[in-house]
Amino acid sequence: MENNFLYNLFGNNVWFYLITIAIPLVFVLIYALIAILGELKIASWIQDRLGPMRTGWKGVLQPIAEVVKLIQKEDIIPANANKALFNLAPYIMFTGAFAAYAAIPFSSQFVPAHLNIGLFYIFAVGAFAIIGIVMGGWASNNKYSLLGAMRAVSQMVSYEIPIAFALLSIAALAGTLDLQDIIKQQEGGIWNWFIFGGNGSLIKILFIPFTISLFLVHFTSSLAETNRIPFDIPEGESEIVAGYHTEYSGMKFAMFFFAEYANMFTVSALVTICFFGGWQSPFGDFLNSPIMQSVWFVSKAMFFVFVQIWLRWTLPRLRVDQLMFVSWKVLTPVAFVCFIALSYWGLIK
Amino acid sequence: MLEKKTIDIDFSQVEAERMRVNMGPQHPSTHGVLRLEVELDGEIVTDVVPHIGYLHRCFEKTCENMTYPQVIPYIDRMDYISSMNNEWPYVMGMEKLMGIEVPERIEYIRVIMAELNRIANHQIAVATFGLDAGAFTPFLYLFRDREMILNLFEWASGGRLLYNYFWIGGLQRDVPPNFKETCLEIVKTVRKTNAEVMELLIGNKIFIERTANVGILPADVAINFGVTGPVLRGSGVPYDLRKVEPYSIYDRFDFDVIVGKGEMGTVGDCWDRNIVRMREMEESCKIIEQAVAQMPDEPKDVRLTVPKRVRPPKGEFYAKAENPKGELGFYIVSDGSAKPYRVRARATSFVNLSVLPVISKGYMIADLIMILGSLDIVLGEIDR
Repeated sequence: MENNFLYNLFGNNVWFYLITIAIPLVFVLIYALIAILGELKIASWIQDRLGPMRTGWKGVLQPIAEVVKLIQKEDIIPANANKALFNLAPYIMFTGAFAAYAAIPFSSQFVPAHLNIGLFYIFAVGAFAIIGIVMGGWASNNKYSLLGAMRAVSQMVSYEIPIAFALLSIAALAGTLDLQDIIKQQEGGIWNWFIFGGNGSLIKILFIPFTISLFLVHFTSSLAETNRIPFDIPEGESEIVAGYHTEYSGMKFAMFFFAEYANMFTVSALVTICFFGGWQSPFGDFLNSPIMQSVWFVSKAMFFVFVQIWLRWTLPRLRVDQLMFVSWKVLTPVAFVCFIALSYWGLIK
Repeated sequence: MLEKKTIDIDFSQVEAERMRVNMGPQHPSTHGVLRLEVELDGEIVTDVVPHIGYLHRCFEKTCENMTYPQVIPYIDRMDYISSMNNEWPYVMGMEKLMGIEVPERIEYIRVIMAELNRIANHQIAVATFGLDAGAFTPFLYLFRDREMILNLFEWASGGRLLYNYFWIGGLQRDVPPNFKETCLEIVKTVRKTNAEVMELLIGNKIFIERTANVGILPADVAINFGVTGPVLRGSGVPYDLRKVEPYSIYDRFDFDVIVGKGEMGTVGDCWDRNIVRMREMEESCKIIEQAVAQMPDEPKDVRLTVPKRVRPPKGEFYAKAENPKGELGFYIVSDGSAKPYRVRARATSFVNLSVLPVISKGYMIADLIMILGSLDIVLGEIDR
């Protein structure tokens, strides 16, 4: 609490709590609009076209237009759908995606809720999405939705294992589950980030291959967690139309959409925290004031959001069995080896 | 002490409820209004029944009430992706029936137009195949290049998709100025983009995993079903009408018949069928280059040999040509009047689609989409 600038500003009263809640919510809303525009513009840049150009200057207002369009749309509930579950699913999905923001440290002076098990919390809350997908897919009473939901469950459950190993390795390396502590251990410039083995003697060079492969494992699995190409099998547009959200329209569809983008930032933030020093400046103490820290953090995370968009418009999609192969026979063993190596490094450090 | 229990389950005996899914006619990747009745065991396809007829326009019956030149626009609407190629066998058959000798220049223009349209067709085939696999970007790269070809066609015939360009005994009108330069420019661009697509899509590890060893069509099955075109050549059978029975002036050009060799998996898998299309584009480029170099500039009048009244003598004729999708044939029966007694089309896509139920059993639902995409069907031609 003592490291929270809002606490220092307001003290322990209702304003403190309200503003603490409001900041991530406003951030998510603005971020989602920027990410949607980024997706449109980066896709068109990759594909050698202009993208949206008519809404505002160079089409910058396109995401707002899309949100307005989605709000205006008719809200269709299929006749034989389970109404309660069908209506609940998108909100559960978004709640899960948004709840993770509670523990994301934006700066040394600001984290909405400073938990000593932050790493575990974000990981656990991320699993919320599965419930939403299954509810949506089952309640839609549509075969494509059901297939999508089935695929989503098997995919997300499988990919949680490599992610769990990756986060466990980081926990072993840092000796804590507190995200602020993990970031603080990576201070002192780019060389001390966990991707380069953290701070320690030169012997860490031996462990850099493990940290880098662990990062690759973690990032690949994160892509599967957000259901994006090459792992967008639950949505698999060309096969099962739109998977679990085939029957959704209007604002409920927007919630699924929104949750996807919110998740993209969450996993990018987690990668940033675990491997790229979180809010630490890459130049040690230079430009490392609390405000600059949040700028560093957001730009690092946005870089990984960009990488996700980049991959989406470059790669084809995997098949279900190939996806399982990648998870169980490639990523999990690699993550396990990295876990053993990094635990050892955490021990002798 | 607990008794140790062993449970023996023979999973091959476990009967799960099969699910019947109707894919289409409104589905993102059935390539038109095709309906596939799919029986699924989990994700595994156990049975496929294609249902066709959603785009039936009574082509053959309509033709009986049209004069011979009026049939050509209807032929355009069969395989609307390669209309130039469609018109050719019909026009060629009519010329044989009426005994018209077409000037050489027109033959060259027809060859160039048909090969350009072949490139455009294969571009769509590869692009939508990539789209089925989830790769969106190569789709737009290929469509960008196809635009150049369509612009040239529009310039020549006035239409971007349905041309009515080949007439009985000639052409609708002469090619635009700078025709040769534009053709060479298109060839250059096509080569550049194809190299890019080869790297980005065809050689991609995920793409290879998705397509190699999927939907294997053995050569004997292909021949038994009467499959033609890249689908047959993908199975390793070097059957190309341009080489086997050279029509028009195809015997003057130097080009190869591309066959699938099973480079990434088995001969006749989806990857093979796709690579045949990629490499055929290069062969078409070669033909266009040679044709542009050989093409005479005289006579300028392309309607010189167009008959005033098309009234063929009594008789019947079967004309065929190598379409981008395979062998397209027209069986024309003339009773000596100005209208055909009967026009029957041997539609390539219709025949090629018939192998789908045979080769897609036992694969996953995602593979079914890839197999369908690799057959490169157009519903306008299937339903007619």
